[in-house]
Amino acid sequence: MTYPLNRGGLHVPEALSRPADEPDFSHVSIPAAGTVARPEIDAYPASMRDYAYTLIRVLDEDGQALGPWAGDASVETLLQGLRAMQLVRAYDVRMMRAQRQGKTSFYMKSTGEEAVAVAAALALDRQDMCFPTYRQQGLLIARDWSMVDMMNQVYSNSGDRLKGRQMPVFYSSREAGFFSISGNLGTQYSQAVGWAMASASDADSRIAAAWIGEGATAEGDFHHALTFASVYQAPVILNVVNNQWAISSFSGIAGGERTTFAARGLGYGIPSLRVDGNDFLAVYAVTNWAAARARAGGGPTLIELFTYRAEGHSTSDDPTKYRPAAESEAWPLGDPIERLKTHLITRGAWSQDQHDAMVKDADEQVRSAGRESERLGTLKEGERLKASSIFDDVYKEMPAHLISQLEESGL
Amino acid sequence: MTLVAQEARTMSMIEAINQALDIALDHDPSVMIFGQDVGYFGGVFRATEGLQDRYGRGRVFDAPITEAGIVGVAVGMGCYGKRPVVEIQFADYIYPAADQIISEAARMRYRTCGEWWSPLTIRSPYGGGIYGGQTHSQSPEGIFTHVAGLTTVIPSNPYDAKGLLLAAIESDDPVLFFEPKRLYHGPFDGYHDKPVQPWANHPDSIVPEGHYTVPLGKARVLQEGEAVTVLAYGTMVHVAIAAAAETGIDAEVIDLRTLVPLDLDTIVASVSKTGRCVIVHEATRTCGFGAELAALVQQHCFFVLEAPIERVTGWDTPYPHAFEWEYFPGPARLGKTLQHIIEI
Repeated sequence: MTYPLNRGGLHVPEALSRPADEPDFSHVSIPAAGTVARPEIDAYPASMRDYAYTLIRVLDEDGQALGPWAGDASVETLLQGLRAMQLVRAYDVRMMRAQRQGKTSFYMKSTGEEAVAVAAALALDRQDMCFPTYRQQGLLIARDWSMVDMMNQVYSNSGDRLKGRQMPVFYSSREAGFFSISGNLGTQYSQAVGWAMASASDADSRIAAAWIGEGATAEGDFHHALTFASVYQAPVILNVVNNQWAISSFSGIAGGERTTFAARGLGYGIPSLRVDGNDFLAVYAVTNWAAARARAGGGPTLIELFTYRAEGHSTSDDPTKYRPAAESEAWPLGDPIERLKTHLITRGAWSQDQHDAMVKDADEQVRSAGRESERLGTLKEGERLKASSIFDDVYKEMPAHLISQLEESGL
Repeated sequence: MTLVAQEARTMSMIEAINQALDIALDHDPSVMIFGQDVGYFGGVFRATEGLQDRYGRGRVFDAPITEAGIVGVAVGMGCYGKRPVVEIQFADYIYPAADQIISEAARMRYRTCGEWWSPLTIRSPYGGGIYGGQTHSQSPEGIFTHVAGLTTVIPSNPYDAKGLLLAAIESDDPVLFFEPKRLYHGPFDGYHDKPVQPWANHPDSIVPEGHYTVPLGKARVLQEGEAVTVLAYGTMVHVAIAAAAETGIDAEVIDLRTLVPLDLDTIVASVSKTGRCVIVHEATRTCGFGAELAALVQQHCFFVLEAPIERVTGWDTPYPHAFEWEYFPGPARLGKTLQHIIEI
């Protein structure tokens, strides 16, 4: 095959299938589960080049765990992960509906990407600091953070710890090691590296983990973070969640047409591995490997988590306007919950009945949290927060000009 | 002011800044200093000279040439519990870091209701008068004074530079600390054709050796007067003193020192006494910090004003190289405005 030379004008990458087309994933090459080797944690980055161009997979089509990346997580951890992923999904469904009912202004689901956050959360220590994007709510849920607290934030209700200052899903929980979400894409990536540098300078064993979408890797902060992480060998895990869509732009527009996002790390001398993001065991094992490397002083690791954004970008988005409605079903790496469930059943550690009961239980937990949170109000109903608090926390102490504006506001 | 009896000596502004950084590193193990060329070399202006030797590469280190990275990393360090003091080599090169400063550092406390904050200090040489052309002369303070959550500080002499810098580093709010590079080695009143004066001849170059702070948010009445109030900061403070002396006008010169939060009380008290106000800054005029000052003075002193508030500023052009002294608001231009304003 020869390289497609283009002399006909500007090359603008175009998605393989649009709404009127059949979904097309023929360009996706998927190695069989268990076929990718596992390097030592102190391997030289240059010796790990191939990991950026393949796909580390543990679970095969029958749910068997295969190869050197299998076996990191105990059955208890896998069951914990399965429950957490189901909770995330149930939570997403309820909050999406709440937005449609006008109880909040906005919501973002993480459907299909639950493993990316949940498996990582369980592979890290609770003291490790996560610098997520707006699509890793699974980190909070896997760390057993109060779902009522999360809903309070989405509703900006009287129980919202962020006092209605942030848009829905821009959570913050220092206690859960979940760094404050910012609307500005990519900014948290270099902040995570700084946090890790600070930890290293204290000879602290805690590490940082950052998440970014493949679309936002085009931001300058991605480059700044990788440069700093490499220069100072910061103990940080740099996750790139490649769900193939940045709102309406397919990953080719972010630079993914001729290379992988993992390969971006190679030029910085950072070991970079590409993982099946819908394979809970693979995500867990690779995160575990990167955490061990970072804790041992081996510096940063970049992980590309190859997955698929199964639903719209947000409640303000309609994906049928730019991709086939059936694309999600055609996605060859399947659903992370279904795949882990099949694995656990194959292993004899789980059953369909137990699964059905667990799904019901997750729905009930979410419903009950929802009732509790809605008692504290929703965006436009119920008890409101004190509006005068908008002047607090701009500075540590309120300066004179804000005191005067507070008086002027009459709030 | 927490000044206790201690040894004092004459220092240049750059020595005073160097000593403030030294004391901060010595007093607080969470202080970390980094930026381009600040480590081994000691900074292109020598502000960090000797510090890496004294405190080690773990606390004072060279950074890659990436302003956004430097500030972004510092925000993360601050959230860990460090107190980063970073340098942007020239204020003209702070723009790549604008997103991290404006969207992140300034809002961290607000958006998390105090769960996290950004106790960082960004030092940056700023201002013109050195034939720095378009990208070594700018005064971008007005871009940042517009941002809620930031503190913006500009010293005009060695004593204040040290005391304000220590206060900035100790502040739990993010501080932009713009250092008038034209004043690093001596006061400068705009008479570019006269020999450069060393700090040694200036009273504000007597700097205590130990720890003290000059409070943020407090202006200083540098010279009392009855005829007109001149609001200035940085290099323009010295231009204002010179212009007043040359014209013989009894001007009250106020060195604002901190732009946000602003010491409005001192300004209003002065204009209430003089009835006239001239604002002077190097930065371009339109939407410059002078516009905010003029609006505040107009609002708070309307009934005592005897003349329109005037602004003497850089022109609304990029900073030119060969026509430095036609651009720079020197004592002649300021003097003319002072003369005009008291004759109204």
